[in-house]
Amino acid sequence: MKRYYRRAIQDLLSNRFLNSITVVTISLSILILSAFALFLANVGDLVNIWRQGVRMMVYLQPDLQRDRIPGLRAEIQNMYGVAEVSFIPKEAALERLRNQMQRQSSIIVGLDHNPLPDAFELRMIPTTQTGGKMETLAKELEQLPEVEEVEYGQQWIGRLTSVFNLFRLAGSALGALFFMAAVFIVANTIRLLIYARREEVEIMRLVGATDGFIKAPFYIEGMILGALGGVIGLGSLFLMYLAVSSNVEASLTGDSFTLRFLPPEMVGAILLGSIIVGWFGCYLSLKQFMKT
Amino acid sequence: MEADAKSAIIRIFHVFKSYGTKKALVDITLDILKNEFVLVTGPSGAGKTTLLKLLYLGEPASEGQILVDGINLSRIPRKRVPILRRKFGIIFQDYKLIPQKSVYENVALVLEAAGKRKRLIQKKVRSVLRTVNMEDKIDALPPSLSGGEQQRVAVARAVVGDPKIILADEPTGSLDEDSAKDIINLLKGFHTRGGTVIVATHDKDLIRKTRGRLVRLGMGQLMDSTERLSPAAEEQAG
Ligand SMILES: Nc1ncnc2c1ncn2[C@@H]1O[C@H](COP(=O)(O)OP(=O)(O)O)[C@@H](O)[C@H]1O
Ligand SMILES: [Mg+2]
Repeated sequence: MKRYYRRAIQDLLSNRFLNSITVVTISLSILILSAFALFLANVGDLVNIWRQGVRMMVYLQPDLQRDRIPGLRAEIQNMYGVAEVSFIPKEAALERLRNQMQRQSSIIVGLDHNPLPDAFELRMIPTTQTGGKMETLAKELEQLPEVEEVEYGQQWIGRLTSVFNLFRLAGSALGALFFMAAVFIVANTIRLLIYARREEVEIMRLVGATDGFIKAPFYIEGMILGALGGVIGLGSLFLMYLAVSSNVEASLTGDSFTLRFLPPEMVGAILLGSIIVGWFGCYLSLKQFMKT
Repeated sequence: MEADAKSAIIRIFHVFKSYGTKKALVDITLDILKNEFVLVTGPSGAGKTTLLKLLYLGEPASEGQILVDGINLSRIPRKRVPILRRKFGIIFQDYKLIPQKSVYENVALVLEAAGKRKRLIQKKVRSVLRTVNMEDKIDALPPSLSGGEQQRVAVARAVVGDPKIILADEPTGSLDEDSAKDIINLLKGFHTRGGTVIVATHDKDLIRKTRGRLVRLGMGQLMDSTERLSPAAEEQAG
């Protein structure tokens, strides 16, 4: 086994130019792919945070008696898609408004009566957070005589979720494409390496070497190329991440969102994938070569 | 016939070989016994190299049967070809040394391919390189060696794996007289230790000075096969 490694490493060094180009190409593929994965992971976080914030305000008729509230609340709670209902009396709403507009509180202080209506604040179950279903629910609520108006300003989040899912699909397709491209590149390199060594391979066969003995160093070379490409690709992504995250964190976020790197199991999977790329590229070109 | 069969290490039975429409060998039937020294001779293009190639499956026979040490070559599965090849030590006309590998590595390759231990390989390769008088060039690359030196490395590689049979194609072809003599003495040494040697050559000098069986080919056909116990007798007859 050690002997195969020695042969493989000797060979990698003696074809430095070809091998460097291969490693660079693989690492570029890995970089693009993992950058996309990183983007999706963070956008996914962001979308989840926003989705948790999806609410619907149901404003009630101003002259509605307070004793009708519990019944109405139960009725709304039973509607499809509603996760949580909380009652916000108009006093509390005014208090909230006061807090939000401290600078201009004089306007509110000057009021002699509370202009705000009582309201329910609704949180939806996740599957109802897409555009169409929110609209259906809102129409249903507006049918109720006690309800004056329904407000939900965040239909765009529903649309965003669909767009995000589309992105994820595109990401998988892109991943498959880059995987195949990388396999093809490795296969080509190994083909050139074999071609450069065809005389040697022929001599090995003539002195009684088995196919396994001849192939093993090529497999090791392929996997080393793949692993190097993976490490360099992910390494450059990490450096870019470090550079970008210090800027983004300060500006865009603030509250519950922090930019994060790919989770360790994802990093592991990408590295494993790049080694498989090397192995598979080898397999393809050796299969073709050994037939002759 | 039965007695022959017992001690025959190679049996060639009605073998034909064509390259496309070109007939290189025509209906060859020949037994080679254990510990024989055989000179295959004939003019250029007679089919000497082709005959050797058929033995180690460098080429498949077009027709007929070949048995090597009990292995039927027409039935051997691809996986067992390396096992067949390890029965031979082959000295190629163009040496076939790997130019990027040192003398040591070229010889060690045979033992590595056979899965031998590193310690044993080191001992064996050094000792064989000593017998061909190449121990001081152990780290040299083949292109930096003279023809005679390369041929000595080729002989070392051929014998290092303790093969049963040595095949040598024109081993003295491009060598000066002294180098040729060295090579022939190495082959004779292998023969004396019990090995079987088959040499393809049209070197008149070599044929004259070597005792053993003379197999003559002409235009792909077996002309005759004569035992010569003393090379001097042949010289007088010729
Ligand atoms: N690979 C080949 N393809 C076509 N013809 C060949 C090939 N090898 C040998 N021959 C032909 O077969 C005949 C015998 O060749 P060879 O065995 O090399 O003869 P020798 O070694 O006695 O000079 C020659 O006519 C040669 O041209
Ligand atoms: Mg020849």
